[in-house]
Amino acid sequence: MSFDLQRVRADFPVLAEVINGKPLVYLDSANSSQKPNAVIDAMTSFLQHDYSPTNRSAYTMAAHATDLYEGARTKVARFINAPRAEEVVFTKNATEALNLVAHSWGSANLSEGDSIVLTHMEHHANIVPWQMLAAEKGFTIRWVPLTSDGLLDLTNINELLTGASAFSFTAMSNVLGTINPVKELCALAHQHGAIAIVDGCQSVPHMPTDVQDWDADFVAFSSHKMVGPSGIGLLWGRENLLDAMPPFLGGGNMISDVKLEGFTCADLPAKFEAGTQPITEAVGLAAAVDYLTAIGMHNVRQHEREITAYALETLTNRFGDDIVIHGSRDINQRGATLSFAYRDVHPHDVSQVLDQHNVCVRAGHHCAKPLMRLLGANATVRASFYLYNTNDEVDALADALAEAGDFFTL
Amino acid sequence: MPGLEDLYREIILDHYKNPRNRGTLEPPAVRGEGHNPLCGDEIEVFLIVKDGIVEDIKIAGQGCSISQSSASMMGVAVKGKTVENARAFIARIKHMLSIDEEGEPDTSIALGDLEALTGVVKFPVRIKCAVLSWNTLAEALDIAAE
Ligand SMILES: Cc1ncc(COP(=O)(O)O)c(C=O)c1O
Repeated sequence: MSFDLQRVRADFPVLAEVINGKPLVYLDSANSSQKPNAVIDAMTSFLQHDYSPTNRSAYTMAAHATDLYEGARTKVARFINAPRAEEVVFTKNATEALNLVAHSWGSANLSEGDSIVLTHMEHHANIVPWQMLAAEKGFTIRWVPLTSDGLLDLTNINELLTGASAFSFTAMSNVLGTINPVKELCALAHQHGAIAIVDGCQSVPHMPTDVQDWDADFVAFSSHKMVGPSGIGLLWGRENLLDAMPPFLGGGNMISDVKLEGFTCADLPAKFEAGTQPITEAVGLAAAVDYLTAIGMHNVRQHEREITAYALETLTNRFGDDIVIHGSRDINQRGATLSFAYRDVHPHDVSQVLDQHNVCVRAGHHCAKPLMRLLGANATVRASFYLYNTNDEVDALADALAEAGDFFTL
Repeated sequence: MPGLEDLYREIILDHYKNPRNRGTLEPPAVRGEGHNPLCGDEIEVFLIVKDGIVEDIKIAGQGCSISQSSASMMGVAVKGKTVENARAFIARIKHMLSIDEEGEPDTSIALGDLEALTGVVKFPVRIKCAVLSWNTLAEALDIAAE
């Protein structure tokens, strides 16, 4: 199928918003993406006609809601080429998915004298859960450093992985846009007997994903970054690992039996889905997966390559040395997330001026403070593009930046 | 919609570009430290308090134009004043920035350059930037009182 940008844009009603006479220029999709009508309508229709709890009741509506909920699981499994739908666990978001792995797998498998490997470009969601557990269990965390152009520096990777129990890393940096060689990193982890945990938050929404080709052990990602609703996240894990892990949260739905003396767990995936689940959100997520599948993830990636190339070229041509774009310039090694410093203007002030033009970017540390320290910046401006962004919007960003420059000439 | 000029008054940009009382002080000066976890702005306030007077103040750290200029204007406002005056000033500024605190601030206190910060109220996300240095000053005054 060919990719028709204007048709894609028409699918996202919010993109037609005009504020103070200026169109919305939404460049914050790495933070959270906008939603197409297909998702909005699916959720609305479900709430209007079909809403019911899942799994617990025998009436027709409940059975239908359960089918939709489980259907979402099957669609997600297909989307990432998971061998079995039961290996897909619904969580609240990717953060909860990573906490689930750290808590359940980590607490059963890590103790004093052990070590795990993370990288300098991780989001706090893939740092803090491990630090919390390390404080309790006494294992050590080793860090893969970065090269000057923002790629993982794999020079000493064999040393770092020697004796390590797990290697947990992001498939794509939410600050630098760097796309990591996931398949190679999983293979390296396995060579050293470590499991491979992939934070797919920034990659799954933007390019084809095949967890079997990666040969990963766990993959975490969030619905809200892939045109789906907020409130639901995903963990895929290998069945044998999930089966062997203790449960995460306890309560209803995750048990097979409860007696006064104790409980027994339900089978996968219910074992990790305690309590009433995000049912409407699962319906929305299913619609999001259908939407992206119909467009084609190769097409999404190709569009983002083009817009990234255009953005790199436009910003560099217009601002030269006044702009420092972090990370790789090679569009084969990066996604459509651009962090930059503009002259000496503080990112907060840049984003304020951009906001006057309805250009929405994120200014801050992007929940990656260790990486920010490495960049020597407390904050950057981050513009992130998705399947619905246009070259005109890159130009709008550049125009607004020029005004920020005029305003703050020091 | 409020314009950029409402936020970035000339005085604010002047204090941002030419910050007053920049630097650090060695002990026995006391040091307060403030962070804005949202955007990463950092402020350090060094104080020498003697006989109930803020004898010297130095401000270090980095952040956006609003947080830095607010800090610079604050230093000018409280240097040489009594601790009591400084605390009243903090309450006055917080009130101006629509931050509710217990008790009525003394609105007779002249704001001087700090009047320029009134525009920040129209940009709610920036209030945190403007108030950071004042909270840090309050902390430093508490430490000095110990
Ligand atoms: C790389 C990465 N990991 C994890 C997260 C956390 O995702 P969520 O906030 O949806 O849990 C994000 C989102 O900001 C991210 O970019």
